[in-house]
Amino acid sequence: MNIYVLLKKTFDTEEKINVSHGQIEDDGAEFIINPYDEYAVEEAINQRDEHGGEVTVVTIGDEDSEKQLRTALAMGADKAVLINTEDDLESGDQYTTAKILEAFFEDKEADLILAGNVAIDEASGQVGPRLAEALGIPYVTTITSLKIDGEVVNIEKDVEGDVEIIETSLPVLVTCQQGLNEPRYPSLPGIMKAKKKPLEELEIDDLDLDEDDVEPKTKTIDIFLPPEKEAGRVLEGELNEQVVELVSLLKNESKVL
Amino acid sequence: MNFELSKEQLMIKKMVKDFAENVIQPRAIEIDKEAKFPIDIFDQLGELGILGIPFPEEYGGSGGDTLSYALAVEEIGSVCGSTGLSYAAAVSLGASPIYYFGTEKQKKAFLTPLAQGKALGSFGLTEPNAGSDAGGTKTTAKLEGDEYIINGEKCFITNASFAKTLIVTAVTGKNEKGKNIISAIIVPTDTKGVKITSNYDKMGVRGSDTAEIVLDQVRVPKENLLGDPEKGFKQFLYTLDGGRISIAALGVGIAQASLEKALNYAKERKQFGQSISNFQSIQFKLADMAMEVELSRNMVHKAAWLKDNDKPFSKEAAYAKLFASETASRAANQAIQIHGGYGYMREYEVERYLRDAKLLEIGEGTSEIQRLVIARQLGC
Ligand SMILES: Cc1cc2nc3c(=O)[nH]c(=O)nc-3n(C[C@H](O)[C@H](O)[C@H](O)COP(=O)(O)OP(=O)(O)OC[C@H]3O[C@@H](n4cnc5c(N)ncnc54)[C@H](O)[C@@H]3O)c2cc1C
Ligand SMILES: Cc1cc2nc3c(=O)[nH]c(=O)nc-3n(C[C@H](O)[C@H](O)[C@H](O)COP(=O)(O)OP(=O)(O)OC[C@H]3O[C@@H](n4cnc5c(N)ncnc54)[C@H](O)[C@@H]3O)c2cc1C
Repeated sequence: MNIYVLLKKTFDTEEKINVSHGQIEDDGAEFIINPYDEYAVEEAINQRDEHGGEVTVVTIGDEDSEKQLRTALAMGADKAVLINTEDDLESGDQYTTAKILEAFFEDKEADLILAGNVAIDEASGQVGPRLAEALGIPYVTTITSLKIDGEVVNIEKDVEGDVEIIETSLPVLVTCQQGLNEPRYPSLPGIMKAKKKPLEELEIDDLDLDEDDVEPKTKTIDIFLPPEKEAGRVLEGELNEQVVELVSLLKNESKVL
Repeated sequence: MNFELSKEQLMIKKMVKDFAENVIQPRAIEIDKEAKFPIDIFDQLGELGILGIPFPEEYGGSGGDTLSYALAVEEIGSVCGSTGLSYAAAVSLGASPIYYFGTEKQKKAFLTPLAQGKALGSFGLTEPNAGSDAGGTKTTAKLEGDEYIINGEKCFITNASFAKTLIVTAVTGKNEKGKNIISAIIVPTDTKGVKITSNYDKMGVRGSDTAEIVLDQVRVPKENLLGDPEKGFKQFLYTLDGGRISIAALGVGIAQASLEKALNYAKERKQFGQSISNFQSIQFKLADMAMEVELSRNMVHKAAWLKDNDKPFSKEAAYAKLFASETASRAANQAIQIHGGYGYMREYEVERYLRDAKLLEIGEGTSEIQRLVIARQLGC
């Protein structure tokens, strides 16, 4: 089976993030594999181990994205592709990403494409579905179970806490939700072996694209951090008085009623 | 000059950090309190290849370098000193001597399971009457036919109760000047006459196994002798030089953890209407801690780099061990101070850091012995 994983490097939202001039500062930010993409890598490896074939991880990023690709290789993926847009593109959005991936997959015979449900930085959840549309293959988002038997694919999908059971067929694109699996740690021998696994680097030129073809359809006006959480307030007095005060605060101060 | 870690080193650091934070950290208080060796964590370290970092693949290792190994010790040590010490001892003392000095056959038989993480090894040098003065070893090994017969007693031996193999030092004869020849011999722990007990009630590193070994008419084949029979003493000095890098890395881990806990606490704790991190006396403590952590880490990395590049590293390993272990104690002590009364309580963890750090000034050569080693290197 030809298995592909779409993987993105994101900053670690659990670490401190600094924003200046409407941009997230790269210096000092910790970069990681988008956590949902880790489920995708883990699932890809498990499916390969069960059905045979090869796992290729694909990322669109810059030179530093090699670290996340090597980590996926260390977990057990077979090959990696870095589509480096650092020198060609000033900015990009989900349209850009999907368009580049479409060009990349044009001459590939993918049986299974796995992506994360969302990337934790921009959280659009669009890249997977857009790519599937462009490739004309079925897709299922937020999956929590994947069983493949021949061409038949049985999927459990998380729908806001409920489970939807879906049957579809290969080729298919799925996006992975928490609960699908427990991503492994890359083992030490895995890390050492990853050094020797193939990592192909492409530019958009190699995919016969120019900057105009992938020009973003959206514009980011501003990026800012949410306001710092302020200390809570404990109301005092009789219960009745507290309720009256709470309602008044919700109406007049926070204006949510 | 290049101060950047390689991609592999960064990946190893991140992987061990994730493992340490997710698996070891949540149990650190319990490991200390119950003084119970977390054998299941060692099984996992083994499966991930962490116990085999500095050994080549042909002996079941991961093919990493000393620097990667030091990074791993630091990360584990920063969440749990007990696990960190047992990890460092298993690799540097239990397995490394076989890698450095073993014959091909010994490496295949004894190093492989240790590097694969399927078993633990221990190094028995210290005796009740031979600590800093290891030359005063009383344990004897007499050659009788094809076997050594070993008699003696070892104390304070890390991981021995859980070990599959021991490397013990013993007097095997006298040289022409009449001085004792000390050799190292591999002793499987299931050999008849080996008795291992761990009854120590320790101040710190309480979850690290520390045991007493009695060797009573223990017979091992003569090919279990490790390395050159005449150079046993030199060999274990070399082993300890390597081990010191890992003890230093453990010190960096504890000091780093002390700094992080103290800094976070100081920013949050309000007294006199403001965060105590606004007080200059607290700021100066934090500044000193941060500086000493970084200096220790640089020294550890330099010593590891020297070793990886086959250059002499004995003096630098002693600098690193001495400075990092004393840094760890100072940093942990200041972290308690910054936490005030809370720091004195187990729940806040910094008091454990101090108890754990203290061992680093004693094990694998006390601070005094490090100063002796350095002075000797200076030509005194
Ligand atoms: C938790 C723990 C784990 C250990 N693990 C191991 C292990 O795995 N394997 C192993 O072989 N050993 C191990 N040890 C033993 C450790 O290496 C010794 O405790 C250490 O070397 C000191 O020896 P000692 O305790 O006999 O102290 P002593 O040598 O009696 O020292 C007492 C004091 O005298 C000082 N002193 C001694 N000689 C001199 C001198 N010439 N000049 C100035 N001062 C001097 C020392 O610095 C120290 O302050 C461990 C110890 C502990 C506590
Ligand atoms: C075992 C134990 C027994 C105790 N028994 C009693 C008791 O019987 N009765 C009782 O009332 N209390 C008792 N205490 C409480 C003890 O007196 C307090 O812990 C102590 O006064 C410190 O207060 P704190 O813990 O709130 O630390 P904090 O006041 O929060 O101090 C934290 C750190 O900030 C520093 N700091 C604070 N303000 C400043 C400043 N302005 N400038 C520079 N540095 C500053 C402190 O020196 C310390 O390093 C006990 C505590 C313990 C641990």
